[in-house]
Amino acid sequence: MKKILTFAAVLTALAAIMIFASGCSGSDDELYVYNWGEYISDGSEGSLDVISEFEDYYYELTGRTITVHYTTYPSNEDMYAKISAGTSSYDVIFPSDYMIERMISEGLLQSINIEEVCESYGVECNYQYIDDMYRGLFFDEDGEYSIPYTYGMVGIIYNTTMVDEADVEELLSDEDSTGWELLWNEKYSGKILQFNNSRDGFATAQYMLGIDVNSTLESDWRTALDKLLEQKPLVQSYVMDEIFNKMESGEAAIGVYYAGDYFTMLENNENLAFYYPSPTNVFVDCMCIPAESENPEIAALFINYMLSEEIAVANAEAIYYASPNSLVYTNEDYIEYMGEEAMEVLYPEGYNFSEELNAYAYRNLDSETLEVVSSLWEELKISGGMSFSVYVVFGVIAVVIIAAIAAVVVRKKKRERNY
Amino acid sequence: MKTASKIYLALVFIFLYAPIAVMILISFNSSDSTTQFAGFSLRWYREMLNDKNTLEALKNTLVLSFCAAVLSTLIGTAAAIGIDGMKRRWVKGAVMSVTNIPMMNPDIVTGISLMLLFVFAGSVTGVVSFGFATLLIAHVTFDLPYVMLSVLPKLKQMDKNLPEAATDLGCTPLQSFFKVELPLIAPGIITGFIMAFTLSFDDFVISNFTSGSSYETLTIHIYSMIKKSVKPDVYALSTVIFLVILVLLVFYNFSESSDERAARKKRDADKRRSKELRRLRGETKKSKS
Amino acid sequence: MKRTFLQRCAAAPHLVWCALFIIAPLFFVAYYAFTDSSGAFSTENIQRFFTAEYLSILLNSVCLALIATVVCLIIAYPLAYIISRMGDKGQRMMMLLIMIPLWMNFLITTYSWMTILQDTGIINSILSFFGLGTLNMINTPGAIVVGMVFCYLPYMVLPIYSVMAGIDKSLLEASRDLGCGTLGQLTGVIMPMSVSGVVSGITMVFVPSISTFYISQKLGGGKIQLIGDSIESQFISYNNYHFGAALSLVLMILILISTAIMNYFTDEDEKGREKRDTQRRALK
Repeated sequence: MKKILTFAAVLTALAAIMIFASGCSGSDDELYVYNWGEYISDGSEGSLDVISEFEDYYYELTGRTITVHYTTYPSNEDMYAKISAGTSSYDVIFPSDYMIERMISEGLLQSINIEEVCESYGVECNYQYIDDMYRGLFFDEDGEYSIPYTYGMVGIIYNTTMVDEADVEELLSDEDSTGWELLWNEKYSGKILQFNNSRDGFATAQYMLGIDVNSTLESDWRTALDKLLEQKPLVQSYVMDEIFNKMESGEAAIGVYYAGDYFTMLENNENLAFYYPSPTNVFVDCMCIPAESENPEIAALFINYMLSEEIAVANAEAIYYASPNSLVYTNEDYIEYMGEEAMEVLYPEGYNFSEELNAYAYRNLDSETLEVVSSLWEELKISGGMSFSVYVVFGVIAVVIIAAIAAVVVRKKKRERNY
Repeated sequence: MKTASKIYLALVFIFLYAPIAVMILISFNSSDSTTQFAGFSLRWYREMLNDKNTLEALKNTLVLSFCAAVLSTLIGTAAAIGIDGMKRRWVKGAVMSVTNIPMMNPDIVTGISLMLLFVFAGSVTGVVSFGFATLLIAHVTFDLPYVMLSVLPKLKQMDKNLPEAATDLGCTPLQSFFKVELPLIAPGIITGFIMAFTLSFDDFVISNFTSGSSYETLTIHIYSMIKKSVKPDVYALSTVIFLVILVLLVFYNFSESSDERAARKKRDADKRRSKELRRLRGETKKSKS
Repeated sequence: MKRTFLQRCAAAPHLVWCALFIIAPLFFVAYYAFTDSSGAFSTENIQRFFTAEYLSILLNSVCLALIATVVCLIIAYPLAYIISRMGDKGQRMMMLLIMIPLWMNFLITTYSWMTILQDTGIINSILSFFGLGTLNMINTPGAIVVGMVFCYLPYMVLPIYSVMAGIDKSLLEASRDLGCGTLGQLTGVIMPMSVSGVVSGITMVFVPSISTFYISQKLGGGKIQLIGDSIESQFISYNNYHFGAALSLVLMILILISTAIMNYFTDEDEKGREKRDTQRRALK
């Protein structure tokens, strides 16, 4: 018995020590970075570990030590939920266009004085290398709050061994088709993957039908819903990250996802091909400083560091998304590393980025429209999901349970009579 | 009968371990796919050792789950004993219903509601910062019902006359608790502790909403890879965790069985001694007669 | 007298904890459920739940969760029985083996199930190797149930086992002496005595499976929306805390009612037994 007690006491003491110790950190400065998962060069497979490089760089520059607390999120909305609740102060975040628009309007971001900060630290300001095309976009016209990190477009990925090339060529050469029609092709029933988030999912139908993706009219969304309902029997599954798995293994023939990720899939399955429908979604992810940040100077220095040639190239090579930084897309090593096909897909020639972005990017929807969108998306998910046999099994179980309850009641009554 | 139950056990364990087997297989994959096995390599184990973020997250998770498990076991066991002693049925029922709420609520509601509470507390007092403390509180809150659910049945099963007998024999209430009750409910407490640890270790949703900018747990780290594909080095990490647990398990069994052996030896010695005594007594009786 | 007082005090820290971290946060849930975005009182969110869409989502969730719970019970009961009949060492070993899968990250094991159940997955590769054709398993309600059973089976086994292992061996011997066979023992002694474990198990499996969201997305192919998915997307994707809170409030009340019903029956059983015992003692 004593043994158990001593053991318990030791456990408790250990826990107490841990609780006490977890509040300490031993460096001069701290920086809190909140990024998408797998969205930075993190030192895997001999690449550059950007975070620890920055810690060294900061020490060399200022003679002070710094700890970068690097945490990650899966979606804009998850990030927004944390920032808007004001639960903890982050110094650098990476929201997308429409989310920046929303955060600026709610006063959640602060302006970035990158030039002044660089001057005060005596380093070169790398903001000048961001191409003009990517500055002053609709969500932040003065370029005050955001500095572009990556951009990209949504495209269609298909497996050439399962999809008839002629079908794709026909779509691409036909003036009347947008390219999205492949996702509605009955020939590939059960082999099609659709987005599993309402905004991207609806957008595929909206781009095809020529409806504004930022419409506030319920009827517009309903038209798109009808198109999606039509598609549902053909859809194998609604996916996010599973698309990697399913396209790589040949489980599905056609999917829709972000251009950069296609190259990740291509590494594991060389039979995949890719094209952009037109119009399609354009997005840009930026680096921003939340209003609550306590170290905006260090944050700006970090952002500037992220734009420097070596670091920006390492990041672009690690995540495969297109970079708005001219130091990156003119870098010869980078061009060689990515290969010709990737460069063509990621940086399409003659593509007017800001025009496309202004026309086809998602904007922040008001709460009423969001409510409509959520209801309609739910309507899509309900229709014909469950087979009848499930309800039969359910019914049988329910009957058994009711019978059991009845039996218990009857037995109890009997027993009570006996005593 | 024996073989039938063996087959049954085997089937259940195949079901429970099939995904783990797949996970182990993929951790040795040479490509970065999580479905196609391209060839054997230790690439992801090397990656794992270099992956500072993942290792940091693992450390955080271990510390957090351990602290949460200890704290919830202490509070939960005490509470179970207290509730078991309550006379009025409805009080008992009410307390148990409240305790079970975190278990019955969807995790996301528990997470969000705690987040709202912390935000509120922070705006009133100005000292609440999200991080280890908030995570710990949240984890203890959802661990508690599981600890109590493991301890309470043991208390119910226990013969209520035992502690009474102990007090009759001169034990103080505390003594009778430590000498009689605690050993009887110890298996329940241990199960509760292990369960609390396990739940904390694997929790994502609640942690996600109660964590702050400086403390990322392993599940949050893995879940945030959801837009890009999951990096197979977390498969390698999980395989390592699996092996560590297996080794611990073997050790645990070994140490327990050596305990048992010691106990049996003692029992045997006692038996021998009493036999000897009886024999001696018999002899004296005989010689007397 | 002193004893019971001390005993009751032991519950005090827990009660404080409950008040602070269980009741108080619930207040926020209720507050959000009954207000609109401007903060004014409104029952609109609750009303929105009672539309055809959300009711059928709820029905689907209840369906799958119930089926998963029953499957867990069917698998776990014999399992717990077999294990509780083993030697001490075997019991410990088996229980730890059952706990281990809980330690594996559920995101990764769910992914592994995808690899196993897919059309191009492991089971179908084996089947087609023997020329048996392929089975469509992934993206069906069945696959979701498999995922749920895998995730929550240990939570069913644990409480049932811990009650069964605690049954006094002398009771079983007595019943054998009185002429009970194995079957008689099972129905006459073990089953009635393990009811409390079964009830704990059912709660521990049913509740998380009704509110799960990750498993249904991955194994159901996102084609079947469960209530957990809806709640999650209201809170995260649509940032509508009010409706999300309303959905969870209704779900919570539903679960509370069903567990209350369950507890009523089992408690009654116990009360009956207690009553009988006291009467017997009195007769003596």
